[in-house]
Amino acid sequence: MAKITFIQHNGTEQTVEGLPGMSVMETAVKNMVPGIDADCGGACACATCHVYVEPEWVEKAGARNPMEEDMLDFAFDVRDNSRLSCQIKVSDALDGLRVKVPEKQF
Amino acid sequence: MSDAITTDVVIIGAGPCGLFAVFELGLLDIRCHVVDILDRPGGQCAELYPEKPIYDIPALPVVTGAELTSRLLEQIKPFNPSFHFNHMVTGVKKLGEADFEVETDGGLTFRCKAVVIAAGGGSFQPKKPPIPGIDAYEGTSVFYSVKKMEALRGKDVLIVGGGDSALDWTLNLQPIARSLTLLHRRDDFRAAPDSVKKMRELVEAGKMQFRLGQVTGLKGADGVLSAATVKGNDGQSFDVACNAMLPFFGLTMKLGPVAEWGLNLHENLVPVDTEKFETSTEGIFAIGDINTYPGKLKLILSGFHEAALMAQKVFKLKNPGERLLFQYTTSSSNLQKKLGVS
Repeated sequence: MAKITFIQHNGTEQTVEGLPGMSVMETAVKNMVPGIDADCGGACACATCHVYVEPEWVEKAGARNPMEEDMLDFAFDVRDNSRLSCQIKVSDALDGLRVKVPEKQF
Repeated sequence: MSDAITTDVVIIGAGPCGLFAVFELGLLDIRCHVVDILDRPGGQCAELYPEKPIYDIPALPVVTGAELTSRLLEQIKPFNPSFHFNHMVTGVKKLGEADFEVETDGGLTFRCKAVVIAAGGGSFQPKKPPIPGIDAYEGTSVFYSVKKMEALRGKDVLIVGGGDSALDWTLNLQPIARSLTLLHRRDDFRAAPDSVKKMRELVEAGKMQFRLGQVTGLKGADGVLSAATVKGNDGQSFDVACNAMLPFFGLTMKLGPVAEWGLNLHENLVPVDTEKFETSTEGIFAIGDINTYPGKLKLILSGFHEAALMAQKVFKLKNPGERLLFQYTTSSSNLQKKLGVS
């Protein structure tokens, strides 16, 4: 189990339990975290599960893969800590992970 | 208005479920027209994951979205369906028993006996970037698609994005625009390499500009844009003068006009019964991802099953009082004749 905290644009925080092997997106959807639309269901094909990884977690969450980098072209307000949450796998090492949800997945 | 096209069934959506519905209806001698907002068949399989493998189609251990689409097209070929791409169905009206009128935004009108909504997650529409105040410029200075190129002649055009749409329109509009700037968040493109090469040649020849960054704000008045404020990758903001902006951020699924057809929607899904997959309106059916019922699974294979049962009811609507003889494609010479294999 790994605790993952989703921070909404308005500052509301929601901490949920993620199962190792699942993606952060799946964890969000399973727990009905608002703002993670995941239109394509995890195929890295829509960029509607965009999150900002909090600075202290950026390194542990890992680098974007090339397909994800391409898909981020279809996200809005992409920053250095932008990731698609369907491409971050939950693991024990990510216990405590904190990510911000953008104001809008558009 | 053009004359109405008369047919048995209009299928809304050319995704896997809409395509397979052609097959199931075709076996029962029911003629179909298929309407889709995209420019090609496949629905999400074409737009979202053409190259991604699908592992849960019975008897196909692995198949890509594009492959599944082309196989379905091959399977329904004997029934010769008519496709209408780049059309969004805007209106569905029940005129009487087994009599519907279906209209598209492209000016087509159909008269049919039944309507099958196989619209998946809704219609694919261009993503609108949430730039503050952008609404005020939409349709006057901000365009998400190019309907008439001439409208952009002599304009200072800003194209935003790095995919094929952004690159294609850069190359198409550069000769007629007064000035053209392509803005993208990185110096890599997810577009045909040849288009990228041509764009770079135009930049080198001084015929257009390429800038790195993301739009954060818009300047202008009365719906007329004068500049876009851009945050460069170095964090510095700058303005790009433009009186037309074309953002190309891909497509997103929106439920769209389905909500206005008088069906009792539940959380943006269309409730159906599990015997006929019919909606609250007799003669309007919903199959695939867009429907809901107790136990619903959003799987392509569920949509295939739903299509088969839907077809049984449509047969009854088309042929009142006639008994439908259940037949297998393996043994029925009648079905095999329809499929062109005997």
